[in-house]
Amino acid sequence: MSDGVVSKVSVVRKALTGAQAAAEVMRQVEPDVVAAYPITPQTPIVQEFAQFVADGLVNTEMIQVESEHSALSAVVGAAMSGARAMTATSSQGLALMWEVVAIASSMRLPIVMNIVNRAISAPLNIHCDHSDAMAIRDLGWIMLFSENPQEVYHNNIVAFRIGEHPDVFLPVAVNQDGFITSHCVEAVDVFEDSFVKNFVGEYKAPYNILDFDNPISAGEWAMPSHYFEFRVDMKKAMDRSVGVIEKVFEEFYKETGVKMDFFEAYKTEDAEIVFVVMNSTAGTIRYVVDKLREKGKKVGVIKVRVYRPFVVEKFLELIPSAKFIAVMDRALSIGTTGSPLYQDITSGLFANKRIVLVNDYIYGLGGRDFTDDDAYEMYEHAEYSLKEGISGQIVYVGLNPNLLGR
Amino acid sequence: MLKVDKEIVSFSINPGGYAKGGTSLENKTGGWRSFRPVLNKEKCVNCMICWLNCPDDSIVVKDGQMLGFDYDYCKGCSLCSNVCPTKAISMVPEV
Repeated sequence: MSDGVVSKVSVVRKALTGAQAAAEVMRQVEPDVVAAYPITPQTPIVQEFAQFVADGLVNTEMIQVESEHSALSAVVGAAMSGARAMTATSSQGLALMWEVVAIASSMRLPIVMNIVNRAISAPLNIHCDHSDAMAIRDLGWIMLFSENPQEVYHNNIVAFRIGEHPDVFLPVAVNQDGFITSHCVEAVDVFEDSFVKNFVGEYKAPYNILDFDNPISAGEWAMPSHYFEFRVDMKKAMDRSVGVIEKVFEEFYKETGVKMDFFEAYKTEDAEIVFVVMNSTAGTIRYVVDKLREKGKKVGVIKVRVYRPFVVEKFLELIPSAKFIAVMDRALSIGTTGSPLYQDITSGLFANKRIVLVNDYIYGLGGRDFTDDDAYEMYEHAEYSLKEGISGQIVYVGLNPNLLGR
Repeated sequence: MLKVDKEIVSFSINPGGYAKGGTSLENKTGGWRSFRPVLNKEKCVNCMICWLNCPDDSIVVKDGQMLGFDYDYCKGCSLCSNVCPTKAISMVPEV
C-alpha cells in the first residue's frame, strides 16, 4: 500500500463493517444535512450516523423522511441552499429515487450518496448484485466502487473533493456490495479527524437560492432552444472530472500513501486472459489469478474503481498483451448484446480499433455465491474460448439450469 | 463543425441552469399566446383583481390605474378576463 511514501497522517486501525466505514467518513466530514430512509442493506450506514447525531458528535441536521424519493429531494433542496448534503440507499430505494437522481446531477449538485448494492425486485431479494447502480449509470453521477470497507472509507473521502470541484459540480455515488461488504467486519485504517476535515475542505456550493443579496432561481424550465446545451454541459463536466480525479488521487497518495486509480490492475502486463471485475469479488479473482499463475497461466485482473467516468483509454493501457477479456457483470441487461460493464468495454475496444475477444460472464445475481471454484471454471471457459476464437458469448456462472423452465 | 444559431441561444447557461434574478425578462414569451386580452377602459373600475390574479406580471398599472397589458410576456391565459367583475376584459384570437 505505502509504496515508498511515508504517510504523514496518523492512523487508527478499527474493526468496521463497510456500512460503518461510510458512517465514519460522514462523522468526520460532518455534512450540514443528511436525509435518508431505511432500506436493507443500507440501513446500518444511516443508523450508525443517526447515533453520532444523537450523541452530539456531529452538528448535522438529520431529516427523517417518508420515502427515498423524499430523501433525495430533501438533499437536493439542501444542496440548492448551499449545504453539503448526503444520503444513502439500496435497490428499490434507489429505484424510487430515480427521478431525483437525474435532477441532482443535472442541477449540478455535488451530493455524496452511498449505495449499498442490492438486487432489484421481483422477486424480492435483499442480497447483493449491481442492478440498482447500473440503472443510474447514464445519469451524470460520478460512480466509485469499493472492494472492501477500507475502500469504502477512502472512496467516501475523495468523493467530496471530486464532486465539489468547481470544474465538476456533479454528485458522487460510492458503491459497496450489500452484506458482503456492508455487514462484514474488517480492519479499516481510519485517519485522524483533522486530516479528513482538512483534506475534504470547506464546502463551496455551486449556487445558493437562500443568498438574498444575490437572488437566483434554480430548477427552471428549458425550451428546445436551451435544453440540449444543458445536457452537453453536464457531459463536459463529467469529461473534466477525469483530470480532477487524477489530481485528487495524486494528492491523496502524497498525503496518506494510499494509491487509488480508475482501474486497478493485478498481473495484467503480460496477461493474455484478463478478468474485469467490480467491488468485493475482486479479492476472489486476485486469489485465483495467483493460483493460476503458479500453474504458469498468463492471467490477470482489472478492478474497476471509477465506473463513471469510464475512461476506457486508461483501461486499454493496462492490458497490452490481452487476447481475451473475461468481463464479469453482476447485473444482467435484458434485450441487448451484453451487460453494462461488457458494453462499456466492448464499445471502448471497438472505438479504439483494438480487436480482443470478449465474453460476458454474468455472476452473483441476487446474492448467488461466487467462489474460487466458480472462478476456475470461468477461467477454463475463457481459455477454451480463446483457443477456439469464441467471442461475444454471454455465460451464466453458477446458474442452476434445473430451475429454469424452457 | 455544426454551428449554434446565435439568435436562438442568446445567452450562455450556468451550471445546473440557475439564473440570476430578473433574467426571465430577456426571454419574451408573448409569442406563446393564441388569445390576447383586450381592455374596455369604460367598464374598468380599477379594482386590481386582474393584477392580483395574473400569474405573470403582465397587467400594467400606474398610479392606481389599470392601463392594459404587457404583450411581451402575457401568454393569453385569460385568467384576468375570467376574474374581472365588470367584464371589462375580452379575449380576442391572435391572427
